[in-house]
Amino acid sequence: MTQPDLHTNRIDLKLVAEMVAPGSRVLDVGCGDGQLLSLLAETRNVDARGIELSREGVAGCVTRGLSVIQGDADTDLFEYPDDSFDYVILSQTIQATRNPRLVLEQMLRIGRRAIVSFPNFGHWRMRGQVFFLGRMPVTDALPYSWWDTPNIHFCTIRDFVTLCDTIGAEKERAVALDAAGGRVGVSAPWWLWNLFGAQAVFLLKRPGQT
Amino acid sequence: MSEYPSNLADPLKEANEPTSAVARFGRDTPLLMDCGVALDHWQIAYQTYGTLNEARSNAILVCHALTGDQHVASRNPITGKGGWWTSMIGSGKPIDTDRFFVICANVIGGCTGTTGPASTNPENGQPWGLAFPMVTIRDMVRAQRHLIDSLHIETLFCVAGGSMGGMQVLQWAASYPDRVFSALPLATAAKHSAQNIAFHEVGRQAVMADPEWRGGRYLEEGTRPSKGLSVARMGAHITYLSEAALHRKFGRKLQDREAPTFSFDADFQVESYLRYQGLSFVERFDANSYLYVTRAMDYFDLAADHDGVLAKAFTGTKTRFCVASFTSDWLFPTADSRAIVHALNAAGASVSFVELESDKGHDAFLLEEPNLFATTRGFIGAAARARGL
Repeated sequence: MTQPDLHTNRIDLKLVAEMVAPGSRVLDVGCGDGQLLSLLAETRNVDARGIELSREGVAGCVTRGLSVIQGDADTDLFEYPDDSFDYVILSQTIQATRNPRLVLEQMLRIGRRAIVSFPNFGHWRMRGQVFFLGRMPVTDALPYSWWDTPNIHFCTIRDFVTLCDTIGAEKERAVALDAAGGRVGVSAPWWLWNLFGAQAVFLLKRPGQT
Repeated sequence: MSEYPSNLADPLKEANEPTSAVARFGRDTPLLMDCGVALDHWQIAYQTYGTLNEARSNAILVCHALTGDQHVASRNPITGKGGWWTSMIGSGKPIDTDRFFVICANVIGGCTGTTGPASTNPENGQPWGLAFPMVTIRDMVRAQRHLIDSLHIETLFCVAGGSMGGMQVLQWAASYPDRVFSALPLATAAKHSAQNIAFHEVGRQAVMADPEWRGGRYLEEGTRPSKGLSVARMGAHITYLSEAALHRKFGRKLQDREAPTFSFDADFQVESYLRYQGLSFVERFDANSYLYVTRAMDYFDLAADHDGVLAKAFTGTKTRFCVASFTSDWLFPTADSRAIVHALNAAGASVSFVELESDKGHDAFLLEEPNLFATTRGFIGAAARARGL
């Protein structure tokens, strides 16, 4: 059996895990092979559940003993009652959903908190590839060509903030990471985050949620 | 049907005096059935594998499908063949008999030792036949609960089964949630579909159209509706497979001949195969039992018992579920499993679900499917850790 790598060097996963209160109920939407769920189960003692689109991902998760169902963020969140979870997590997945707004609204309905991490398409390297090469960006973190990418809804940090404002989601915490995994200054203005943040993690709640 | 090879058991004798352990219940422990009958003097035949631990906490109940029996992991005395799920259950297998105490019982209404239409009615010494009360999936589970009580097992570590066995798994979880630590319903549904009821009805009509059925009194009259039951099995067997599996196995290949015979002989291999399936089935299975057990599946609708809301069947459940379906299963398609999963999610239950890739149709759950084994192993292993086993 594959043991989960608890000393993950995925800084974004550690950051997400830090935002989760111990002993809570967590749903990871698009949980992949279960790396984050394993981390949460082992280090935060959470009741960890997952949804994953790929058959291989689900089979891997179940094989390592996680409660994961094969499903689709765009269609299967409607089945859960309100406030089913303390946290609903969307880790590096929002750009692959068909309807990011609807997914985010559903997350805020079924979870008391939503945690969203995503790659920032406004990062200077992305901008540079478009500007200087005239090509759609391809990076180590986003290795796909435009014609085979599952990522159909890229956004920048500022775009995401706009979506949060549009649906009335309150931003409880936000962290941007630069390409080396370091945190971009907390008090820095959005434009700086948007330029130097390679990825961002947001902790959200719906208005009035305690 | 009167002569049997000496090493094989007579199915008629097995119906009353099986080559299995038997738990017998008398007037003080009647089986209260959904049809309103309180069945006294009934029995349940079962097999066990492995050892029950001191805490009596490592028992796994395996529920069999429509034409299955209690011989899940050891030689079937009627056919002389191995158990029907030896790939899944045994020493070192995904359901590991070195770690767990595995129980499998013949269902009520069955014909391999648990009371059913082929059993003798103690009131008149004749076979029950159609006088046997109508059976439901819930009755099967009630009967199993009596067995589990008699074995002094409070909580089953796991209840597992596919197809009709999966229906029993769901019913166990709904009826006795505190007694089921984990549940593994495979290739199944929370209700029998109209299409499946339709297939069953064709099978039943084939049995009843056979003049040798004698209005269900064939045992007294010394006949057997073998032709009708065989046709029923042939039809049903097609539904257990898939077009891809049939094509791969047979295609349009001819049976031991170079050219079609321009007759109604079994020219095609697929015809010959189905005829063989039908003929071997009637050697081991009672026709009336086939009528009763198919009917039990037809009546199954777990949501109907809970105001039409399936989630209510699982409200507050602590049971850990793992649901699996197969891509090519058109008898119990993935949509049926998804409906179960959605209900479990709505009830806040711990559930895993995976649709496994296979072109073998409904039968896939009984066959060599490495992905199913890996899923089962992972689920059982994690549940065992959670149970402290």
